[in-house]
Amino acid sequence: MGWISPRRLNRLGMLNMNRRNVDYIARYNERASYPLVDNKLKTKLAVAEYGVKTPSLLQVVRQQHEISHFREMAEDLGGFAIKPAKGSGGKGITVITGRDEDQYIKASGARLAGAELERHLTNILAGLYSLAGTPDVAIVESLVESAPSLAKYSYQGVPDIRIVVFQGYPVMAMLRLATKASDGKANLHQGAIGVGLDVGTGKSLNAVQFNRPVALHPDTGLAIDNIKIDAWDQMLEMASRCYEATGLGYMGVDLVVDANQGPLLLELNARPGLAIQMANGLGLLPRLRTIEDLKRPHFTPWERAAFAMDTFSAA
Amino acid sequence: MTSRSRLPFFIGVFLLIAAGIALAVWRHIELGIPWLAGEQRPVWMIEARVDFEGNEDPVVASLHVPEQPPGFRVLSEQAASPGYGFSILGKSGSRRAEWTKRAVSGPQTLYFKAQFIPDDTAKSPPPDREPKARRVFWEEPQATAVREILERAEARSSTPESMTRELIRLMQPDTRTQNTTLLVAEEDYLNLLVDMLNHSGIPARTADGLKLRDARRRQSLMPFLQIYDGSEWLTFDPESANQGIPDNLLLWRQGSDSLLDVIGGDNSEVSFSMLRQTVPALQLMTMELETNGLGLISFYELPIEEQSMFRMLLLLPLGALIVAFMRIVIGIRTSGTFMPVLIAVAFVQTTLIPGLIAFLSVVSIGLVMRGYLSSLNLLLVSRISALIILVIFITAGLSILGYQMGFNTGMTVTFFPMVIIAWTIERMSILWEEEGAREVIIQGAGSLFVAICAYLAMSAPLAGHLTFNFPELHLTILGIILLMGQYTGYKLTELTRFHPMKVYD
Repeated sequence: MGWISPRRLNRLGMLNMNRRNVDYIARYNERASYPLVDNKLKTKLAVAEYGVKTPSLLQVVRQQHEISHFREMAEDLGGFAIKPAKGSGGKGITVITGRDEDQYIKASGARLAGAELERHLTNILAGLYSLAGTPDVAIVESLVESAPSLAKYSYQGVPDIRIVVFQGYPVMAMLRLATKASDGKANLHQGAIGVGLDVGTGKSLNAVQFNRPVALHPDTGLAIDNIKIDAWDQMLEMASRCYEATGLGYMGVDLVVDANQGPLLLELNARPGLAIQMANGLGLLPRLRTIEDLKRPHFTPWERAAFAMDTFSAA
Repeated sequence: MTSRSRLPFFIGVFLLIAAGIALAVWRHIELGIPWLAGEQRPVWMIEARVDFEGNEDPVVASLHVPEQPPGFRVLSEQAASPGYGFSILGKSGSRRAEWTKRAVSGPQTLYFKAQFIPDDTAKSPPPDREPKARRVFWEEPQATAVREILERAEARSSTPESMTRELIRLMQPDTRTQNTTLLVAEEDYLNLLVDMLNHSGIPARTADGLKLRDARRRQSLMPFLQIYDGSEWLTFDPESANQGIPDNLLLWRQGSDSLLDVIGGDNSEVSFSMLRQTVPALQLMTMELETNGLGLISFYELPIEEQSMFRMLLLLPLGALIVAFMRIVIGIRTSGTFMPVLIAVAFVQTTLIPGLIAFLSVVSIGLVMRGYLSSLNLLLVSRISALIILVIFITAGLSILGYQMGFNTGMTVTFFPMVIIAWTIERMSILWEEEGAREVIIQGAGSLFVAICAYLAMSAPLAGHLTFNFPELHLTILGIILLMGQYTGYKLTELTRFHPMKVYD
């Protein structure tokens, strides 16, 4: 087990859990705005007004008896994703890519009987995945078809892009690639690869798996040091817009790039993790302080995104 | 919270911590509540025995008893005397135990027992009225002798104290002149001293002291001389002229004329027995509280049942402090924020090893059963409800099994909060499905580790003693917890977690 001294961490400007909670989340995030991000259904509706696209909503299952309707609807669908509206950290999300007679095929290739899917919905409604264990609703979304340029890097799951937005400025970004170890999920602590992205250009900087630097994707074998995200400025502006939609000063914006629709918002997070710093090999604090020290904030999402691209560029 | 609003916060926290400690110190000094649980204090048990011969008459026996001897505090008093009426009378400056009986014949024995705690700070209360020197008339030739001796003593002294010392020295056999021999021959030496001092304008009186030595019987009182220096009575040894009260000397009588008066009896005498006892300081404090108004912030006034409840309850903040420290400063992950405290509370009642075995077996059996429940496709609420019932079955089964095998510790499983355990099992089982066994083990081990730390802190005898006897210390704990809530530094585990960042430095 290796150690690093607090002094070196300070020099790197690493944001830690306690400081994040006290100095950023508690100070910049209004409690009243939390339900907006903790509930994916509310998020979808809120950001839609600000022109941020999300995967299209197919159905909302609110009551136990509606589960039978879900099955009828699912008959005509190829792929879809079931999400608990109040879930966090990707918990309870089931992605169905296809059907094989009575069985549903998960993204991982595993088969799921219809009854099991219904039990899953029941669990969601009972609040098994919701943050406080309160009753929940299940939302059924259309499947995101990942842009092939990015999808090829990821093992099974859809790669997503996490952007930390502070007071409306995108300050740091990373690409998350699922691996075999992460079971097709984009959760870093389960073994997904985090690729730090240059805010200025959308190019990959540096990659880590289980907090250790990696150069190649362990499952696809592709080099991950020269990935470039298309329509990067558009994505930053989208992330920046979420500030107006929610009012949250410090948040994580999760985006995916759909092959047909371009960037889509997956979810917002009022308590984004710290691993993004490891993926970038950079501490967040200097960037957060730059924004805090701004005498005159920019008012439009586009101006903020442009400012961030200028200021936080690696080049 | 903005940075500007932090100053009042820190002042508040400081006040909380300081108030807690200051209150505790004050109560320690004022009430004598000991810091340590096992602290022992010496207590002197003194028994005065009054003997006299009754002759068929009504009897009133009156013994002077100490009210507030300097250097001691009276803890308890009681009289043993079958068939006698007894009461304690307080007259101006004199406190007397009075035994009464209609007709008495033959040898009689009366006892008066009192317990004294040595206390250096205890002083006799100042007299109500300023004592005045008595006027004494001497007849010749004593008058001349007295005048001559007093003049010599006065010439060698400057204050009433030094005057007294010089006078005593002049009266000693090796320094005596003809005049003093004349005086001493005729009168009781101590009363002569008192008379001479009063004559020279210094208020003086006699006192009786008891030399405290462990397990002595039939001790008598030793006479002492006291003079008033304008603010308090000073004590002198009439033989050596030493000023002050020697160690282990209890002034039984001061400021009262007679030690013992017996009306209706003959041959009366009083003798003393004494015993040095050691009493737990805490017991001493609770005995004193009954007579002391300062015990307001004390749980000893409550019924025993409530006391034992508070004993438990007051340990909780300590557990909370440990959890806060482990999570905020160390960074140990636990399943459920305060579940470790609840487990620790259960451990306090079961003791550690049996509790640990019981907890681990209940949770692991529960996890197996939960696996079956999940295949039944139940709604969440009914699944948890079923799990609670199963957990109760498991604990009952373990208790019975343990009892049959001869461990009565099996019964202690019942102290665990069932609903909490059921939820723990449910959460761990979901964690297992979603994040794998690794995360379950990390969080489970973290919870148990924190629970054991909290248990160790809460079960320490000192912790139980301090939290119960100094409840104000909880203000300090509150202050520390609030302070920890402001800690924005790195957690210990983050130093490991961020270790790969070394590469980028």
